[in-house]
Amino acid sequence: MTTTPQSSALRLDEVRIAYDGRQGEHVAVDRFSLALDAGQIACLLGPSGCGKTTVLRAIAGFEPVRAGSIHLGDVLLSSPARHLPPERRRVGMMFQEYALFPHLTATQNIAFGLRRQPRAAQQARAAELLALVGLAEAGGKFPHELSGGQQQRIALARALAPSPALLLLDEPFSNLDLDTRERLTAEVRIILKRAGQTALLVTHNKAEAQAMADHVGLMHNGRLARWDAIAR
Amino acid sequence: MIPWRRPAGLPPVGPVWRVASLAIALGVLAPVLSLAWIALGSGLGHWTNLLQNVLPQAALNTALLLGGVGVLVLVIGTGCAWLVTVCDFPGRGTLNWALLLPLAMPTYIVAFAYLDLLHPIGPVQGAVRWVLGYDSPRQFRLPDLRSLPGAIVVLGFVLYPYVYMTARAMFMTQPAHLMEAARTLGDGRTAAFFRVALPLARPALAVGLSLALLETLNDIGASEFLGVNTLTVAVYTTWITRSDLAGAAQIACAMLFVVVALVALERHGRRHQRFGSAQRMHAIQPHRLHGASAWLATVTATLPVLIGFVAPALYLVWETVKRLRLGGGLSQGLLGSLGNTLGLAAGVTVIAVACGLLVAWATRQTGSALPRTRWQARAASLGYAVPGTVLAIGLLTPALAFDAGLATLLQLPGLPLMAAGVVLVVACTIRFLAMPVGGIEAGLARLPPSLEQAARLLGENPAGTLRRVHLPLLRPALAAGALLVFVDAMKELPATLLLRPANFDTLATWLYAEAARGTYEEGAVAALGIVLAGLLPVVLLARTQLAGAAPAPRTGHPPP
Repeated sequence: MTTTPQSSALRLDEVRIAYDGRQGEHVAVDRFSLALDAGQIACLLGPSGCGKTTVLRAIAGFEPVRAGSIHLGDVLLSSPARHLPPERRRVGMMFQEYALFPHLTATQNIAFGLRRQPRAAQQARAAELLALVGLAEAGGKFPHELSGGQQQRIALARALAPSPALLLLDEPFSNLDLDTRERLTAEVRIILKRAGQTALLVTHNKAEAQAMADHVGLMHNGRLARWDAIAR
Repeated sequence: MIPWRRPAGLPPVGPVWRVASLAIALGVLAPVLSLAWIALGSGLGHWTNLLQNVLPQAALNTALLLGGVGVLVLVIGTGCAWLVTVCDFPGRGTLNWALLLPLAMPTYIVAFAYLDLLHPIGPVQGAVRWVLGYDSPRQFRLPDLRSLPGAIVVLGFVLYPYVYMTARAMFMTQPAHLMEAARTLGDGRTAAFFRVALPLARPALAVGLSLALLETLNDIGASEFLGVNTLTVAVYTTWITRSDLAGAAQIACAMLFVVVALVALERHGRRHQRFGSAQRMHAIQPHRLHGASAWLATVTATLPVLIGFVAPALYLVWETVKRLRLGGGLSQGLLGSLGNTLGLAAGVTVIAVACGLLVAWATRQTGSALPRTRWQARAASLGYAVPGTVLAIGLLTPALAFDAGLATLLQLPGLPLMAAGVVLVVACTIRFLAMPVGGIEAGLARLPPSLEQAARLLGENPAGTLRRVHLPLLRPALAAGALLVFVDAMKELPATLLLRPANFDTLATWLYAEAARGTYEEGAVAALGIVLAGLLPVVLLARTQLAGAAPAPRTGHPPP
């Protein structure tokens, strides 16, 4: 893959995601299309069960698509005939529960995706990201020694560390209290913009979507009902 | 009027219970203390002889056996647990519990079965020669099973379920998003297993490994049948063949160091198991394998069950049917040892469950602070780690002294308690007390403290509360504990060999005697009886440990 964060753009064309259940096929996402320019932040908004997390997981490579295609720049990530494994997509993801590895320190968590780089380069990148998320002193701490807000920032730093072409954020603020949530919403947007990162996030909180994103897509019953630009 | 007290201040039990609980805990510790006393009191000369002539070879054999079995159980147990967790292949649902089946096989029975199955003129080698076109064992024979590698393979394929069980439970509770995070950070499935799943499962693997190695250390039958002179075998021969109690006690003391190391490993593992349940989200969903890889997975996961259970079990069934057809029924001797086995197992079960209930109830937590008597429950649970031979040697001296005193006092001939099998029952009770204590403690922990507080406020004393409230609710824990003790007492060999009364055989010692003589007459019938009984707790274990591990309905996130 030759795409870079600057040139990459996400494109979903007529994507359909379905599971085989006891009562036949259950369609989670249908005829879903969107396009996102490089460096932009978009948000999928909608109630629980509308399929927004499923879209994110399909882009990450955890859900196969039954129809349509997903492209990142020129690279075809998913179609019914092709499924690039998650580790080869250059897509980073920040999980709702953060998914920090409990047996590794904050620095080791951040350096996890950099194992092909020399150790010194890994340490330097981890330090740079710790500084970026404002936790320069917390590198030696284990996840259980960090507060919810700190864990969230380490998870963000870890996802940014390998310079993914696209960053996915799944309900990134849902596990935080109201005060921390409001403060971090603004901070995360600044961090992402400073890094020039293309990002797609999912939330059910309208205020959060408007504070974070350049574009907001409203999802309903597995389809994209609206796609609006946010004026800033 | 009912005196009202703050629940946290309720004394758990009265003085009689407290004394009884203390006595049980000290009773479990007594053999270990007596062992140290004999070993230290027998002079340095004895030790020198032991260090020069006995210990080096036996210790080396034991170390190699433990090392080899350790590697094998880790590879088989972890590999199968991971395969069943992350892959869906033909037979996965059955193999999920069938991989536990070798737990029903005592190690000495598997060794007994394979010695006959793999004999140079036995069915397996005969078939191999037939395929290769040879006529006689002189032209072609497989490597002899009676060797250290043979013992490692036999024990490894019987004891891997300890690791499988703990690893499977750990992988089932590992949140899927950790593996997914590793994938988004550039790791393939294999790399994610080695960098995330395996490090997180390490504490659980340590627990399973230490249990498997404690069983290896306890084993006497398989090692002896397969000609490996381990420390356990050395204890037995030093006492039985050379009548050297002090020497046996010293070797047993040396074994205790290994036991302490293994128990430390197990405790360390249990302390760090919090990793697994710290972030419980949606569990790892298996991905479906197709074609050759699916069948390869089926074969890989089936092999340990075939080698560790199916082949020896079929052999025992075949030999039993042959024996019953040709021999026209069972001998009186075998029926007598069946009666002895059931009597011993029943006696041990009743006493162990009663003692377990007493200790667990007397040391339970009634307030917010842990009671100071907690150590008694821990001490009472130590017997599982002490090999049967070590326990027997430790118990022998105090038991013989007590017995001789009793005989003099009551003017009875000989050693009345030893002859009545009481010492054997005590040894088995000590060895298996951990199961009822642990089970009942866990059962008590699940009951809300408000039940006891309500009963006490309604005027009931601790014993009455136990009888009217807790005993009915603890019935499943009591039954499970009783079943585990009953079956383990049926299978017990090392302590029974050393402490049984004269002319008293159980199914296990009957089998041991036949194997030692090299005759395979009714040994298979005795072995089949033990294996059938052993299946019961395995079924129980499969239902409790692996519940919910069946293929999940595809309502959540399917795998990539």
